Amino acid sequence: MTPAIRFLDVSKIYSLRSGDVTALDNVTLSIEEGEFIAVMGPSGSGKSTLLNMMGCLDTPTKGQVFIGEKDIGEMTDDELTMLRREHLGFIFQQFNLLPLLSAIENVRLPLILKGGDPGCTDRCMNILAEVGIEVDRLDHTPAELSGGQQQRVAIARALINDPEILLADEPTGNLDTKTGAQIMDLLVRLQKEEGKTIIMVTHDPTLSEYADRVIRIVDGRIA
Amino acid sequence: MNRPIFFLFAIRNLRLHWLRSLLAMLGIIIGVVAITSMGILGSSLVLSISEDLTTVGDTIVVVPHTGGSGMGGGPGGGGISSDNTITSRQLERITRASVPHTVIPIYSGGERIRIGGEIGFAPIYGMRTADIPILLEREDGQYLRGSSGAMIGSRLAETYSLKVGSRILIGSDEQPVRVTGILEERGMGFDINTDSAIVVSERWYENRYDPSGYDRVIVKVRDLEEIEAVKSSIETSLNRRETEVDVYDTRAILATILETFGRISTFTIAIGGISLVVAGVSIFNVMMMSVMERYREIGVLRSIGALRREIRRMFFYESLLLGVAGSIIGGILSVAGGYLALLVMLENTSYLLAPSSLIYIPIGMAFGVGTSILSGLYPAWKASEADPIEALRHE
Repeated sequence: MTPAIRFLDVSKIYSLRSGDVTALDNVTLSIEEGEFIAVMGPSGSGKSTLLNMMGCLDTPTKGQVFIGEKDIGEMTDDELTMLRREHLGFIFQQFNLLPLLSAIENVRLPLILKGGDPGCTDRCMNILAEVGIEVDRLDHTPAELSGGQQQRVAIARALINDPEILLADEPTGNLDTKTGAQIMDLLVRLQKEEGKTIIMVTHDPTLSEYADRVIRIVDGRIA
Repeated sequence: MNRPIFFLFAIRNLRLHWLRSLLAMLGIIIGVVAITSMGILGSSLVLSISEDLTTVGDTIVVVPHTGGSGMGGGPGGGGISSDNTITSRQLERITRASVPHTVIPIYSGGERIRIGGEIGFAPIYGMRTADIPILLEREDGQYLRGSSGAMIGSRLAETYSLKVGSRILIGSDEQPVRVTGILEERGMGFDINTDSAIVVSERWYENRYDPSGYDRVIVKVRDLEEIEAVKSSIETSLNRRETEVDVYDTRAILATILETFGRISTFTIAIGGISLVVAGVSIFNVMMMSVMERYREIGVLRSIGALRREIRRMFFYESLLLGVAGSIIGGILSVAGGYLALLVMLENTSYLLAPSSLIYIPIGMAFGVGTSILSGLYPAWKASEADPIEALRHE
C-alpha cells in the first residue's frame, strides 16, 4: 500500500540576507495511512517546515515529497491548493477561524470552496456532533466562543471535506490542560474510528503519548 | 457556486470597517459628481449657445481679405486690396457666383451719437432698404422705405429710451435722423450685430461717408445643403488669381465655436477627473490596509483550499463594491450637482435634462467604477500572491 506521506531526501534551504538557512537537511521518512505521528523538536529545528511541506504550503528545494502518489514538487499552485482542499485538514494553535464568518459558516467554508451544498447536510451535522459543538453556538462569531469551542469548530472545519490527512500544529498550545486533553481525545478518536492519518507538531512530551510514533527533528535532521 | 461566499466576505468586511469604507466611497461620490456636473455644465453651455446661433446657420459672409473684418477671427493676410472693402465690381461677381441666392451688401461703420443730453457711440449699418426685411425682423414701427430715417436695435432703444419717431443726432455735426422702426432682438450674429446699432439706408450712408466699397457681403442661402457649393463658387470666382475676399459660412464658424466649447468642457471634466484620481488613491489605500490587516486570514483561506484567483476575487469585489456603490450615489447626486453648477454658472437650468447632458451621468459613473477597478487591482493581486506560510505566521 502506498504510504500517506513520503519524503525522499528532502532538503529545504531558505535564502536570507544573512545567508542560507537549511531548515530541512536530507530528510527521508514515510507515514502510513491511519498513523498518528507526533513531530517533536526544539524551536527552529525545522518541524514547522516539515509540517508545511506535508500540508503542501511549501515545496522542497531538493528531493521529493509525495502525498499519496502525487509529487508536490511538480504541481502548480492551483493543483496544490486543490490537493489541500480535498485531502488535507489543518488545525492550528491559534485556531485561525475567520472572524467575518459565524461558527457554522467557518465549518462549511471548505465545502463551499469545493462548490458543494452551502446548506448543512446530515454529514455536516454529524461532524458538528462528533467534535462536540452545541447547536446553539453555531451562529456565534469566533470571538464569542471560548478557546476550546473555537478549536472544536476549527477541527470540524478541517474534517468537513473528509480529508485523509489531518495536520495539527500545536493544537492544544493555547488551551488549558483539561480542554487540551479533550481535544487530544477527539483527535485520537478520529484516528481510531475514522482512520485519519494525523500529524501533530508539539513540544509537549506528555502529548507524544497519544501518538503511535514520534518523529524527532534537530537542526533539520531526523534524530 | 463559491462566488457568493467571497462576495459575502467583501460585504461583511466593508460593513465591519464602515467608516473607512464610507470615506473611500465618498471620494468616488465626489469624483463622479465633479465629472458629471462639469459634463452637464459643458453640454448645457454648448446647447444654450447653439440655440442662440442656429438661426444664422444659412448665411455666408464675404469680407475683404485683409482681416480687420470685425469677425474677430479673420486671418490677417497681406493687404493686397488697399482699401479693405468690397468694390461694386467684386459685388457683381459675388452676385453672379451666388445666383439664385439673395446677396446683401452692407456698409458698416460707427459714430458718436447724441440723444437729448446723452452722448454715446453706436455702430451704423448701411443697407439697401429692400434687403432689410430679409435679414432683420421688425419689432415696432416701419421698415425703412426712403433714404432718410433709421431703424435701431432693441437694446439701443432700451438704453436711450428711444421710440418710433425719436430723433438721433449722428456725428459731431449732429446730423439728425428719425427712428422709423425698432428691430427685434437678434442676439449675437456672425453677419451683423444690430441689437445696439443703427441701420440706415444705403443711400444715406453713401451720402454721409462716401465709402469706397462695401465692408461685407452677406449671402442668404435658401438650402443649407447648398452652402458649400455657393461658398466655393464665390471663392473660385474671386480668389482664383489672388485672394481678394475671405468667405465664411456661419455654420463652419458655429462648428468652430462649438468645438472650442467642447474642448473647454473636456478640460473641466478633466479637472473633475483629478478628484477621481484622489478617490482612486484612497480606495487603493483602504484596500492595502484591508489586505495587510487580513494577511493572516489570507493564509488561513489558502491553507484550507482557497485558490489564488479566489483570494483575488474577494478583495477585488471589495473595491468594486466601493466603486459601484459610490458611483450610483454619485450618479444620483450629480443631478443635483449639475443643477447647482448650471444655476451658478449659466443661471439657466433648462438644459439639465437634455439627453446630451444626461449622458454624462453614465459616463461619470463608468469612470467611478473604472477608478475603483484600477485601484483594486494591485491590492487584490498582492493579496493573492501572499505566501501562505508567511501569511499564517503574520500577527
